[in-house]
Amino acid sequence: MKSTRRTFLKVAGVSLLGIGAKPLLDALAGGEETKIIQAPEALKAKRWAMVVDMSKFKSDADLKRVIASCHRAHNVPDIGDPKKEVKWIWTEMYEHTFPGQHHAYTPETIKNRLFLVLCNHCDNPPCVRVCPTKATFRRDDGIVVMDMHRCIGCRFCMVACPFGARSFNWKDPRPFIREINPDFPTRTKGVVEKCNFCEERLARGLLPACVEASDGALIFGDLEDPKSEVGKILSSHYTLRRKNELGTKPCVFYII
Amino acid sequence: MLEKGLSGSKWYWGWMGLLVAIMAIGLTSYFRETEVALSNDVPWGILIGQYVFFVGVAASAVMVLLPYYLHNYKAFGRMTIFGELLAVVAVMMTGLFILADMGQPKRFFNLFFHPSPSSVLFWTSSALTIYMLLNILIGWTVLGAEHKTVPPPAWIKPFIYISIPWAFSIHTTTAFVFAGLAGKPLWLTALMAARFLASAFASGPALLIILCLIIKRLARFDVGREALQTLAKIVTYAMIASVFFFGLELFTAFYSQIPTHMFPFRYLFFGYEGYGKLALVMWASYLLAVLALNLLIIPRTRQMEDTLMVGCVATFISILLEKGFGLVVGGFVPNPFEKVTEYWPTLSEMLINVGIWALGALLLTFLYKIAVGVKVEVE
Amino acid sequence: MRIYDAGKIFTGLAIFIVLICAPFWLSGGKSSSPPEIKIETPAIQKLSERRCIEATAYMKARHMELLDTWRQAVVREGESVYVGSDGKKYRMSLSSTCLHCHSNKDQFCDRCHHFEGVEPACWSCHVVPGELKG
Repeated sequence: MKSTRRTFLKVAGVSLLGIGAKPLLDALAGGEETKIIQAPEALKAKRWAMVVDMSKFKSDADLKRVIASCHRAHNVPDIGDPKKEVKWIWTEMYEHTFPGQHHAYTPETIKNRLFLVLCNHCDNPPCVRVCPTKATFRRDDGIVVMDMHRCIGCRFCMVACPFGARSFNWKDPRPFIREINPDFPTRTKGVVEKCNFCEERLARGLLPACVEASDGALIFGDLEDPKSEVGKILSSHYTLRRKNELGTKPCVFYII
Repeated sequence: MLEKGLSGSKWYWGWMGLLVAIMAIGLTSYFRETEVALSNDVPWGILIGQYVFFVGVAASAVMVLLPYYLHNYKAFGRMTIFGELLAVVAVMMTGLFILADMGQPKRFFNLFFHPSPSSVLFWTSSALTIYMLLNILIGWTVLGAEHKTVPPPAWIKPFIYISIPWAFSIHTTTAFVFAGLAGKPLWLTALMAARFLASAFASGPALLIILCLIIKRLARFDVGREALQTLAKIVTYAMIASVFFFGLELFTAFYSQIPTHMFPFRYLFFGYEGYGKLALVMWASYLLAVLALNLLIIPRTRQMEDTLMVGCVATFISILLEKGFGLVVGGFVPNPFEKVTEYWPTLSEMLINVGIWALGALLLTFLYKIAVGVKVEVE
Repeated sequence: MRIYDAGKIFTGLAIFIVLICAPFWLSGGKSSSPPEIKIETPAIQKLSERRCIEATAYMKARHMELLDTWRQAVVREGESVYVGSDGKKYRMSLSSTCLHCHSNKDQFCDRCHHFEGVEPACWSCHVVPGELKG
């Protein structure tokens, strides 16, 4: 039989169709009817925010309790070396919390007080802007999340954050975690971490660990819901944001 | 052509052997994962500083290519290949500096799987990769054509023309990594890219002059007096611009009297409350710059090859210290809480750094041996 | 036909053949037995219906696919519930759901993984039951 180019192409075309049929049918067969949904009890908001009412913190023990509840729940290691320590929420003196605000005539009671600082989950976050892999990204509800699986450890986000809110795992954190909470992963060497507004707790209908431990000193809620406690406080009190002039639009507000 | 790099005197092999030994030490240091002096307050240190510096060296090839290809400046003809090869090696070194600094280098390809156009790092890594490929293509094609004693093919011309503005773009994007950060007042200046380009066009060609003078002495291949002198003039004016731009920064900081602007400069040169690790580096850089400017501006010393060599070495080291170390580390002082955390590289960081230098030197020696071999053969 | 450098070529070829057959002669000609995984754990024995989230065949072939889907949903979309093909709802968590039943990782997960030469990176972060001390 004389095989022409045309015959060859016809045969090749039909064979390709035949070979392609099985995967196509497999895909169309569907099979499982699975889906992924949000838990019905999950807390939802248009824009999560927090008010830190420093007037409600009476002692250092109050602050320590709040910090401990967060660090325990999230397996935050205690590195010991202040240069390399990992912290999601911690304390700073007034002049370090609001460096643009303090002056020689600040009252002593404020000057000598420790303030609670954490990631501000900014509305215009520079850390998200600079991340080359979008390992850190801003969710629609305002939370700035870390994806530990994607982070390449370039630390650009740490450089970009004007609030020093991010920590890097310079070493393997596991040996430095006193008691591992099995309900939350640890991290590994070479990734950046920070406060995540307890998004894993919000997904199960729980308030953030620090808010629960704060006895009302931390108020958490939806900024865009005027009926929320956060909305009510912000419309009736004078509040400060850290480094407000930089335009990152932080969503953590302070009552001094 | 490659075989030209595989034959040489015992000095050649001795030099290559030494470089391999240094590389091995650097590699061992990297895999032993010993302590780094980096901290949460200073997350970028010497490796990122060196990345910045060598992007500048890579970009500086344009100072040879632009006059030769755009303005027909024939005197640069014997020098272009050395500039292109230096650019290739410099870009490879920058890639290694970044890779050695990353926390999760195995995830390097996430940069390509999940590109993020809002991130300057995406643009700078893309631009650098393309620039390296461009220079490999151009260098190899032009050298290959010379080897065959024919003019380079016409299709290489568009690539050469693209590589010229591309060189500017790689260093501008590098500057953009730093210049768009609201929280870092030392770097938040429109002048950043201009400073980077000026210092690149001083330090890169200075290195090229040094290398050409070494080639002249060791391999008896002379790129030409006019080529070296013109390039020396380019180094001179670029160095003047670079130092002038630094002066401009000082004016804005100190005339405005804004504390956040003044602080980093005060810390860098005079220290602060007992913290002063970088002062020696900065003053060394400044004094070397003064020496370099004197030797380069005065025609007599610029025209004599010995003093020109000293002037270029001074230029190179001055900018290596200021841009490749002081600028990057200084940007982190003070930290966002206006406290000071200092940084000085550990031994292992230095060894990794020197190891990457050794790799660059190895590659450059190999490629230059081939290039000189071709050119000597052809003449 | 002349073969140049025949000595070098045939020596090299011989060395190559020896090296490429190394897996066979190094293991003494035996094949290793398939891994024996232990399904029984206290949690599984307490189950009213001995069933994983999906069918065994599916899990064997596609559990990593499932975990990747879960990872995308939990970390990047903020979702937390998986509705299986049996209609039941499960919390998407490697440590708290999968390892709740399969609490014997070293006798279950690791046996097949070691046999296949697979090293999942998950365990450096995701907590394995029993690893409660830092």
